Amino acid sequence: MSVAMQTATAPALEVRNLTTTFETSSGHVIAVNNVGFNVMPGEVMGLVGESGSGKSVTLRSIMRLIHAPGKVSGSVRWQGDDLLAMPERQLRKVRGGEIAMIFQEPMTALNPVLPIGIQIEENLAAHTALDRRQRAARALELMDMVGIPEAARRLKSYPHQFSGGMRQRAMIAIALASNPKLLLADEPTTALDVTIQDQILKLILDLRDRLSMGVVLVTHDLGVVAATCDRMAVMYAGRIVETGRVADVFAQPHHAYTRGLLGSVPRSGAQRTMLLSIEGTPPSLSAIPKGCAFSPRCSFATDACREAAPALEPIAPDRLVACFHHQQVAASGVSA
Amino acid sequence: MTIALETTATPKRRWRIAKLPGTLVLGGVILPASLVIAFFPNLFAPYDPTVFDYNALLAPPSAAHLMGTDSFGRDVLSRVLYAYTIDLQIAVFATLGPFILGTILGALVGYAGGFAEALLGRVVDAIITFPFLVLVIAIVAVLGPGLMNMYIAVGVVGWVFYARLVAAEVKVQKRLDYADAGRAMGYTHFRIIFRHLLPNSITPAIVYLMTDMALAILLGSSLGYLGLGAQPPAAEWGVQIADGKNYMTTAWWISVFPGIAIVVTGLGFSLLGDGLAELLRTKK
Repeated sequence: MSVAMQTATAPALEVRNLTTTFETSSGHVIAVNNVGFNVMPGEVMGLVGESGSGKSVTLRSIMRLIHAPGKVSGSVRWQGDDLLAMPERQLRKVRGGEIAMIFQEPMTALNPVLPIGIQIEENLAAHTALDRRQRAARALELMDMVGIPEAARRLKSYPHQFSGGMRQRAMIAIALASNPKLLLADEPTTALDVTIQDQILKLILDLRDRLSMGVVLVTHDLGVVAATCDRMAVMYAGRIVETGRVADVFAQPHHAYTRGLLGSVPRSGAQRTMLLSIEGTPPSLSAIPKGCAFSPRCSFATDACREAAPALEPIAPDRLVACFHHQQVAASGVSA
Repeated sequence: MTIALETTATPKRRWRIAKLPGTLVLGGVILPASLVIAFFPNLFAPYDPTVFDYNALLAPPSAAHLMGTDSFGRDVLSRVLYAYTIDLQIAVFATLGPFILGTILGALVGYAGGFAEALLGRVVDAIITFPFLVLVIAIVAVLGPGLMNMYIAVGVVGWVFYARLVAAEVKVQKRLDYADAGRAMGYTHFRIIFRHLLPNSITPAIVYLMTDMALAILLGSSLGYLGLGAQPPAAEWGVQIADGKNYMTTAWWISVFPGIAIVVTGLGFSLLGDGLAELLRTKK
C-alpha cells in the first residue's frame, strides 16, 4: 500500500519476546506474553483484540510506561537500539522526539491546568532548538495542521474548554510537534463519536503520508483496521495469535479467534447472513487456560490444543498464525 | 461565529460577587483591610505607639484615647494598629518558608515514592508526636527568644504538614494519564514534577496555608505573650496582652482590644481559606 513497504529493508520498530507481568495480590498476571512484531517506516500497523487482551499494555511497555509492580522483558529495537535497555537520558530523546504516543481519553491525557498552546510549546522546548517566537509560530502551524479552527485564539484555551474531538486533535498536535517517525496510538478514536472518529483517522493517515511516519494503531474496531491499516496483528489473552496484511487476513483468517471476530461484524457488499458471536468470555489474565488460551471457546479445538500452546509460525509470506488447525479454520471461511 | 463562542466562554470567567462563597467575601474584606493597616499604620494611628504619656496612665477608653492607655500611658489603639505590621509579618514569614520547603519536598517525595516516601512518613510521625506549640517553644528556648528564632523554629516543624499534603496529592496525580503522556513526550522528571504535577496538586496546600497563617498569628501572639517572640517595647498583640495581664481587673482595655484584633484577623484568614476551598471544590 505504501511506497515504503516495497522498498524498505529494515523495520523501524522491531518488538521481540515482549513480556509484561504484574505481581498482584490475586496472583501472577501475564498481561503481554512473548509478543513480537515489526513496523516498517511509513506503515500503519493495527493491533486488534478485545478489552483486556493486552494491546494497551503492549504499547505502554514499548514506551516503558509500565509502573511498578509491572515488569517488562524482551527487546524493543528502535532503529537498532533497544528501548528497554536504553539509559534514561537517551530514552528521553526518543520519547516524544522520535516516537510519540497518543492516548485513548484525551481529557485525562492533557494537563488540565495548562493552556493547549503551552503544552505544544513544551514538547518543542524539550526536543527542538527553536526559540520562543519560533515555538509559538510552530504551535500555531500545528493547530492548523490538525484542523483546529481559530487556532490563534484556541492556543490560549484550556483542555476543558475543548470538545472531545478537538481535544484529541490537540493531543495529536502535541504528539506530532517534533515530527516523530513513529506514532503509537492507543485507541485514539474509542472515546469519540463516529463522525469525529472518521475525521481523526483521516487526519492520522494524512499526517502519516505527509510526515512518512510509521503508526501502531491499537483498536478493538475491525472497521477502523480495514479502513486505515496496512498490516494487522490480532491479540488474544496477551499473545499475538495471527498477523498479516489486512487484506489477506480479512479475506481468509487462519485463526479461529480472528475468524470469530470477523464473523461478528457485518460486511458491506457481502450477502446478508447471520452474524456470529464467540461463545464464552475471554479468560482472566491471572488464570489463562493451559495450552491454547482460546481453546475453551474454540469449535476447532482438539486435545492437542488443550495440552500445549501453539507457536506463532509462518504459513505464507508475511503471514504468521498460532494455531494447530489453521488449515481447517482457513478452509471453513468466515461465515458459518 | 466569534460572537457565539465568546458568549459561551465568558460567563465562567466573570464571577459574580453574589455567587462567591460568603466566607470568601468576608475574608476578602477583612484581610486586605488588615494589610492596608499593616503597611501604613501611621495613617491610622493617632499617637506614636512607643511614646509614654505620664499624664494619662491606665486611662480608660475616651474620646482622646479610643481604646484607653496602658501602664506607661501609651495609646492602646495606636499600639494595636502598629502591631498589625508585626503580626501580619509573622503570619507570612512563619508560613511561607514551611510552605515552599514542604511543597517542594512533598512533590519530590510523592513522585519518587518507595524509600523516600517511607522516610518522610516516619519524619512526619516523629514531628507530629510532639504538640506543635511545645516543640516550637523548646526550639526557641534553645535558640533564644526573638522573631527570627521563632521563624526558624516554626520552619523546622511546619514544613511537614505541607509535605504530607502535597506528597499525597502528587502520588495520586502521577498515576494519571497526563503524567504518563509527559513521560511519553520525553520530558525530564523535573519538568513533570514541577510543571505538570505540582500545579495540579498544590490546591490543598494553598488552602492549608490560609489556615496556617491564622494559626501563625495565634502562635506569634502566644510566644510574644510568653516573652519568646516579639520583644517589648515592640507593639505586638501577644506582648500587649501580657502587658495588661496584671491590670485585668482595673484596666481591662489593655488586653481585650489586642485580643479582639487577634480574633478578627485570625478569622479573616480562616474565612478566606474556607471560602477558597469551597470555591476550588465547586469549580472542580
